[in-house]
Amino acid sequence: MTMNKEITTAQEIKGGPLTRMLLNDAAGRKLLIILALMSVLIPLSNVLLPEGSFFHVSTYTMTLLGKYLCYALLAVSVDLIWGYCGILSLGHGAFFTLGGYAMGMYLMRQIGDRGVYSNPELPDFMVFLNWTELPWYWLGFDQFWFAMVMVIAAPGILAFVFGALAFRSRVTGVYFSIITQALTYALLLAFFRNDMGFGGNNGLTDFKDILGFDLQADSTRATLFFASGLALILGYLISRFIVTSKLGRVLVAIRDSESRARFMGYRVESYKLFVFVVSAMMAGVAGALYVPQVGIINPGEFAPINSIEMIIWVAVGGRGTLYGAVIGAVLVNYAKTYFTGAFAELWLFMLGGLFVLSTLYLPKGVVGLWAQLKEKYSSSGGSGPDENSSSDDSAVIEEGRT
Amino acid sequence: MFSLFKQIGVMLLICMPLMAQAAEPQPYKEDQASSAVATSELYELSQQLIDAGYREKQALVETLVEINDPQTLKFLQVMVNGDLYYRKDDRVIVINEDDAITIFFTGESITLENKRDIKKISVNNKLRTLLRGGIARLQIFSNNLELRKQAATNLLKSADDLDEATLQLAVEKEKNADVQEILSLVQGIRWLEADDEKQRLAGVELLSGSLYPDVRGALANYVRAAEADERSTEVAAAKKALDKIEAMLTANAVVENLYFGLALGAVLLLAAIGLAITFGVMGVINMAHGEMIMLGAYTTYMVQQLMPEHMGVSLVVSIPAAFLISGLVGIAIERGVIRHLYGRPLETLLATFGISLILQQAVRSIFGPLNRDVGTPDWMAGTFMINPALELTYNRLYIIIFSLLVLAVLALILKRTLFGLQMRAVTMNRPMASSMGIRTGWVDALTFGLGSGIAGIAGVALSQLTNVGPNMGQAYIIDSFMVVVFGGVGNLWGTLVGAMSLGVMNKLLEPWAGAVVAKILMLVFIILFIQKRPRGLFALKGRAADMG
Repeated sequence: MTMNKEITTAQEIKGGPLTRMLLNDAAGRKLLIILALMSVLIPLSNVLLPEGSFFHVSTYTMTLLGKYLCYALLAVSVDLIWGYCGILSLGHGAFFTLGGYAMGMYLMRQIGDRGVYSNPELPDFMVFLNWTELPWYWLGFDQFWFAMVMVIAAPGILAFVFGALAFRSRVTGVYFSIITQALTYALLLAFFRNDMGFGGNNGLTDFKDILGFDLQADSTRATLFFASGLALILGYLISRFIVTSKLGRVLVAIRDSESRARFMGYRVESYKLFVFVVSAMMAGVAGALYVPQVGIINPGEFAPINSIEMIIWVAVGGRGTLYGAVIGAVLVNYAKTYFTGAFAELWLFMLGGLFVLSTLYLPKGVVGLWAQLKEKYSSSGGSGPDENSSSDDSAVIEEGRT
Repeated sequence: MFSLFKQIGVMLLICMPLMAQAAEPQPYKEDQASSAVATSELYELSQQLIDAGYREKQALVETLVEINDPQTLKFLQVMVNGDLYYRKDDRVIVINEDDAITIFFTGESITLENKRDIKKISVNNKLRTLLRGGIARLQIFSNNLELRKQAATNLLKSADDLDEATLQLAVEKEKNADVQEILSLVQGIRWLEADDEKQRLAGVELLSGSLYPDVRGALANYVRAAEADERSTEVAAAKKALDKIEAMLTANAVVENLYFGLALGAVLLLAAIGLAITFGVMGVINMAHGEMIMLGAYTTYMVQQLMPEHMGVSLVVSIPAAFLISGLVGIAIERGVIRHLYGRPLETLLATFGISLILQQAVRSIFGPLNRDVGTPDWMAGTFMINPALELTYNRLYIIIFSLLVLAVLALILKRTLFGLQMRAVTMNRPMASSMGIRTGWVDALTFGLGSGIAGIAGVALSQLTNVGPNMGQAYIIDSFMVVVFGGVGNLWGTLVGAMSLGVMNKLLEPWAGAVVAKILMLVFIILFIQKRPRGLFALKGRAADMG
């Protein structure tokens, strides 16, 4: 019923695609406005206002928030495939990390001869390993544009190959989850090896500057923060565009009953592959923005637990809403920052508890909490069909199965 | 044990006049007399050694080596090592091993006030050769089989210690086939240096196909010498012999890797077998499975702390204890969380992952983040020899046997018990089983408990092989899923074949790819394999397949 309503609105509304996309997304609109304000005001306050001012945002806080924005973009990419297409990837961290490595390689080449060994061509770790020339896959990374292409292409190609194989042979559900986990685990082991030429255990670090700007400078940090905010907004709009399009409806149909969608004549694997690759590219961009802000990328990012943590951001925020993913990522990561600082011992208990409680009691996440409560109390007085329908997508999710 | 008493008795008897304090008489046996005579003779000669010059020492040693007696053998060994001293004031013979001083005839250790209180009974090279020959002869004609074997193996390294005639005599007198073979190899090595070409070739013939590293070394040296002298027939013969040895060594390496592979397969089997129940039979993705293994390992540690004296017993006690503890935790998880999530596998995955984090942190908070030492009983240690170049460790053998045993017991439970019947009924058709009066809720809980308990047992076994720490479960969870998925869900045979073939493949890849790359290759292989056969090696067919 809600579906019908949406379809009609989508057809009737005149105006640009942006209006159409956001018409049914009140919360998304609010979120986008907040994000836009944040990404402009916070860097400005950091750069322009004096240190002592009440509205001054310290560089530390800004970098921390920038990190959250990258995580939020990653969460949106996870929600795009999990919430709208039912693909639970336990290896999304792999795409994030690959994007990060592509950026890290560019930053590594930017160091030039300012490394410990003052080699103009080779990064320090290669000199240390007695390598004499750059491996072929490092070529071109001194060019910013090339690195940026790779940020999108490397995760995209991996997702394309992996997804094409998996979806074509109809590896679905938990089987897909398990092999994605194996994928990121295999990459973890591979990148730990020194022979791979990605810095082994230590990864890539000691970055100096990006496009000629000093990475430690406040203005560079502010720009990076702005870029992260912009990327998140764009990522959100792209995802929103996909899920409100006709293609998005097919995705939801696949999520709810894959075989039925197939029997109706849709090429299920192509739809899944498309959304999987888009999601992986978004994750790659998130990784690329993350690396210059935290200043390091190492194989630890491939760890399966990181990938699973991303799922929990989305689950806590509210699956299948996109803005829920953003909220979840920021909430969980803020809690992580706070608890690992204040009660390091407790953090894993908290995280574990979050997993259990959110799956048991919050099937729609915190953004669905309100609707959930309303439903609970109205159902005692007899529930009419009107009360259940909300203008948000969460009503569509209600029917959703995993 | 018995001979030890004998020795102590003899020593006390001999030394009684020397020592001020009287010792309690020890039980004697009849043949004590001859041994006692031998020891008194040794005592006499040792006293003469103190004052003797090198030439006199030679004569004394030649007499000494004629006394066929364990005590004398020990005396000669201490002497050849240069550890034989005597105390200056009372002429007592002492052993000085790294400044630990013991009286030779009593074994009593003493402390010195001054290092100059004792003086070395010095040996020169000529004496050393004499002593080594004597020791070898004493050992080779000893009644103790182990000692003879030891001596023969030592002779492979220094074939010249014994003269030709003695060696020949030893070969002829030897009754044990193994020792005889080694001795004839020693002969072969000696013949390689003979002047006669025929004899040298006979030596090569004798050595061909033997796997002792020393034989290989001797042959390689011989080839070098023969090449220098351009003796082409001999070079060809020796090279052929060496090639044969190489081929056998390669075969050995394959056998060894197979054995390692089977052992790794057994570990994988143990880790995955519980998952074959919870995931394979019930369809529950239990990400906390690795932590059940960890709990089992920590149970082993706790049981061992309770009875530190009885290592072997504690390991046996740990098996039911670990089964109970992991099983109970499993039942609690099923009743508390998983029960509410049936039919939603992805949610189950997330919730159980949360549980695994909680369990890890709980163990870390209680036991600390460091690895715990779990002792290994003596019967687990040690090796058994297949051939001279191939020794296999016992603990791996035990793991293989144990894993098969666990699998067999589990198969019996599933096929032959009422509980197993109910379990299969519930998984096949829940409403029907329920209407037949089966308490499906309880069957679910117990099935999950069974799977978790078996993971606990796996933890007991793994505590003997790897480190026991809060993160140990993480190492097995991905592997376990790979095994179950590879073998085919809901099929114990699939799990067995999957575990063993993955283990063997991994170990056969390792020699040329390295451990990490081998592991990566395995993961890639499984990812590709699942593309081809999404339901694993042994897929269920028919209606049961649709339910997974």
